[in-house]
Amino acid sequence: MLLTYATAHADKRTKAGKSHKLGYYQAIMGYLFIAPSVVLFIIFTGIPIINAFYLSFTNYDVLSTAEWVGLRNYKKLLGDETFLTSLKNILFYVAMYVPLMIICSLVIALALNRKLPGTNLFRTVYYIPGLTSSIAASTVWMWILNPEYGLLNQILSYVGIVGPAWLANTSTAMISIVMVTLWQGIGGNMVIYLAGLQGIPNILYESAKLDGANKWQLFFYITLPGLRPTTFFIFIMSMIGSFQLFDQAFAMTQGGPGYATTTPVYLIYNEGFNQLNMGYASAMAFVLFVIILAFSFLNFRLNSSEQEG
Amino acid sequence: MSKASVSKKHLGNALYYVFLIPVAIIMILPFYWSLITSFKYNEDIFAIPIIWIPNRITLQHYIDAFTTVPYTRYFANSFYLATMGVISNLFFGSLGGYAFAKLRFKGKNFIFRVLLSSFMVPGIVTMIPQFLVLKNFPLAGGNDILGRGGIGLLNSYWAIILPGAAGAYAVFFMRQFYLTLPTELAEASRIEGAGEFRIFWSIYMPLTKPALAALAIFTFQAGWNNFLWPMIVLNDPQKATIQMGLQAFSYNRNTEYGAMMAGSLIAIIPMLVLFVFAQKYFVKGIAFSGIKV
Repeated sequence: MLLTYATAHADKRTKAGKSHKLGYYQAIMGYLFIAPSVVLFIIFTGIPIINAFYLSFTNYDVLSTAEWVGLRNYKKLLGDETFLTSLKNILFYVAMYVPLMIICSLVIALALNRKLPGTNLFRTVYYIPGLTSSIAASTVWMWILNPEYGLLNQILSYVGIVGPAWLANTSTAMISIVMVTLWQGIGGNMVIYLAGLQGIPNILYESAKLDGANKWQLFFYITLPGLRPTTFFIFIMSMIGSFQLFDQAFAMTQGGPGYATTTPVYLIYNEGFNQLNMGYASAMAFVLFVIILAFSFLNFRLNSSEQEG
Repeated sequence: MSKASVSKKHLGNALYYVFLIPVAIIMILPFYWSLITSFKYNEDIFAIPIIWIPNRITLQHYIDAFTTVPYTRYFANSFYLATMGVISNLFFGSLGGYAFAKLRFKGKNFIFRVLLSSFMVPGIVTMIPQFLVLKNFPLAGGNDILGRGGIGLLNSYWAIILPGAAGAYAVFFMRQFYLTLPTELAEASRIEGAGEFRIFWSIYMPLTKPALAALAIFTFQAGWNNFLWPMIVLNDPQKATIQMGLQAFSYNRNTEYGAMMAGSLIAIIPMLVLFVFAQKYFVKGIAFSGIKV
């Protein structure tokens, strides 16, 4: 007892001089600790972002040195039918995938938020598709969507429907990719929604019930507003991800039939790494970046104005 | 409770299962379908109507998958890459996350915000320049000090390990966890004269085991399932990953569904095994990342 008192006292006396030294030492250690992450970030993210912008104004093709061509790449993009088609394709995909993803994972999470027998088993089962790689999922779904022998069309034939040649048809190829990616993505977002639901304080429901609110009122006035940050997060993340669709379009349809599933990332990959037109591919990447940024910004604005209102 | 409300409740519960069971079937049926296909004889694969429960099975498709392509090798390559990703991200993520949460130094918040803002940059923007950074890496792969002349780090595993070794996500994830731990632990040890690294390594890091487990699983899954980047930077078939191998296999033999399903299942199995043993960490990691942003 006496000893602790004495050391504490001694500490106090030396603190003024010591804390300066300690603070200095701590700061150096702090910089050392973050150094690996920061250095790798500068080399592999910071410099590349700046360089990507520069490259998009050049005709760099790996084999010869880059020449400045001004806005030529961007002008060429405006008249590039394939690129415009790929933008149309990806907007179609995002417009289908993101709302469906949010609705499905929300409805499932609401259902599984109740404590009934089997709830945990259902949660596990719904999550499992999220473990598969996009390539394995694509391979399995290519077989499911086989027009003659595939699972989907055989099941449809039980109820007398003749299913289309899903992947060979320009009007259904992108819808097929929506199906695969939904199947893979719902489980993860369901878990995020379940966590969001757990974060809504129970007391809100209790007091609203005392005031005589019915189930729908509870949902629209407590659950939905309470989930707004979660929905915002899922929306932004799935939007950024889905604008960059590549794996499934590459593995299942090779961008076809025709150009029906050619996405911007597919074109950037092809232009940059097969044709080696890296300058032109960088311009494509930047246009896609600006589109994603614009959508994200719009969403941020909508989200904050809703919160004010 | 009145009789009417009891039966209404039962009806509600019944509807609940009427909704959940079909969805569960949709989720699980692709697995069952690929599993039975992978064990069926070719005649049975293309039988109409579907043979739901095969009465004879064969291992031929698995033998095909392993003998026509070096699947074992791809498997080992992917396992190595994913494991390296886990080790480096856990270590550097912890170091960085701890410093951002617990140490005091100038510019901390600014640097952290810059790191965080990279979440908003789509990977596609940095893909080409990152490739060029690796190609022009000084003194590697036949390059001179200015990064000219050779292939740099391309076609080596460093091209995959290095850019992802200390992901901003790992730093962010660990920082959020360290913020929940009390600061007094460090102050007490500092008074006793312990160095900062020792405080981090032997006092704080052991307390973050649940977060480390979640981050490990997250990182492993990302590494195991990664496709586009390895395809860009690796061109030696001996170094190919399992996803690259599976894609090439299903592209070249797109009518051999038995072997394709066998290959897909082999590529999925490590994640399924991991999930069985560490289910709660999967869920924790995802839920955590969703809430705290």
